[in-house]
Amino acid sequence: MAKSSVHLPVVGFGNTLRRDAWWAGPLATGAVLVAFIVYATFRAFENGLYEWGPYLSPFYSPRLPAERIGIGWLSPAMLILPGPASFRLTCYYYRKAYYRAFAMDPPACAVGERSRDYRGETRILLFQNLHRFALYLAILVLAFLWHDVWKALWFTDELGGVHFGVGVGTLVLLANTSLLTLYTFSCHSLRHLVGGGVDSYSTAPLGRLRHLLWRGVSRLNLRHMVWAWCSLFSVALTDLYIRCVATQTFSDLRLL
Amino acid sequence: MAATATFRIYRGDASGGEFVEYSTETYPGMVVLDAVHDIQAKQAPDLAVRWNCKAGRCGSCGAEVNGKPRLLCMTRVDKFPAGEPITVTPMRAFPHLRDLVTDVSWNFKVAKKIPPLKPIPPESDGAWRMQQYDIDRIQEFRKCIECFLCQDVCHVVRDHDRKEEFVGPRFLIHLATLDMHPLDTLDRRPMLREAFGVGYCNITRCCTEVCPEHITITDNAIIPLKERVADDFYDPLQWLWRKVTGSKGRRRLPVVKA
Repeated sequence: MAKSSVHLPVVGFGNTLRRDAWWAGPLATGAVLVAFIVYATFRAFENGLYEWGPYLSPFYSPRLPAERIGIGWLSPAMLILPGPASFRLTCYYYRKAYYRAFAMDPPACAVGERSRDYRGETRILLFQNLHRFALYLAILVLAFLWHDVWKALWFTDELGGVHFGVGVGTLVLLANTSLLTLYTFSCHSLRHLVGGGVDSYSTAPLGRLRHLLWRGVSRLNLRHMVWAWCSLFSVALTDLYIRCVATQTFSDLRLL
Repeated sequence: MAATATFRIYRGDASGGEFVEYSTETYPGMVVLDAVHDIQAKQAPDLAVRWNCKAGRCGSCGAEVNGKPRLLCMTRVDKFPAGEPITVTPMRAFPHLRDLVTDVSWNFKVAKKIPPLKPIPPESDGAWRMQQYDIDRIQEFRKCIECFLCQDVCHVVRDHDRKEEFVGPRFLIHLATLDMHPLDTLDRRPMLREAFGVGYCNITRCCTEVCPEHITITDNAIIPLKERVADDFYDPLQWLWRKVTGSKGRRRLPVVKA
């Protein structure tokens, strides 16, 4: 019978009796989020190579005349990106992801965290309660992105004629906008707003309809995390694709 | 020759303790509680462990196995790598009494603070009636067996010891059950925001990860409650709508304050 004297409770940052790779999740999350932020910041300052033919990068949609503001370094992306970024910043899924990865509050379940005056989302983070307003912005941006998909179906030839067509870029834009739509419409706030706030569907005005909508959003909401990550990758890859085509790193393949 | 496993069990009380290693024979289907009982029967008759049903229904045998909150009776020994010792410790968020037993009475004190259901008057035949689709949502929360693993893993309780300001996931489930109930007539949202501290939850979902009943605590109870609090306290459009229409929101409910 061997004895060792480790005293409980096991407290202190990073202390745990877990033996699995609990650090892998927050590490990967942090790495991906930092990579995305660095790339998006670079592209926002680059202020170019964001369109080719009928394709427009989601970072620069809708088209905004940023140059009219008269600040030289200000790009349209700098005006556009805060909208979708606020949606992701206040998203109930990403909150978990970055509280764990960056604030390490906690780094993982049953893993010790820094000792400090914890206030949760009661003080400086009260703004997280405004997620629904970021949702309204995200839905507005989605409308522009679907318009971009429509525009990506119409190609101009050398004589100036406009013809229906489908290129790989069209499919890339379609896939990206679809994933962003799934992410937006699986939102927890939307789930609440369409019907989650109702207590008695059978007696509330439009109760049946609201219950139906709530069930629909609830189904999408089950995979909110999946849509969150897929759409984050897709939006960066779509921008990268358009940049590569614009710099002639490779050509857009015309399918139709 | 029968297989054996080594268990490192925390022995001690509030004044201190230590890990003691025990080896015991294992068999297919064995759960950690079986091993603890075997050790208790043959090697350490004074080993304290709380248990009752041994079927995952009573929620008594909550502890931490290899650092994660689990029910001892629902955790199979063969899920852990053979040859490595399995660590068994008491739940860390509650005062330690002895060996694997903790004092969970704080939870019962919290339960008493929550105003119970106050339904509308019954119909003329003395019955309350509601539609199944009105009640589907909250039936998930009724699966709770009060094992308090969610309270144990919640970092607000576990690491920050905010037991005065925050009621923990188990009671946020209970509050969601009441707030979403189609027949209830009380408005607990001011309490939810102030005395029960829903804002302390930062959605890290550990409660959902450890729930042995697989209740989606965060997404189906806590986030909807946060959204309901946002409706009443943080949404200027809804505030304006209430001012313009004179509406107090979903129903005119008596407000319960702490």
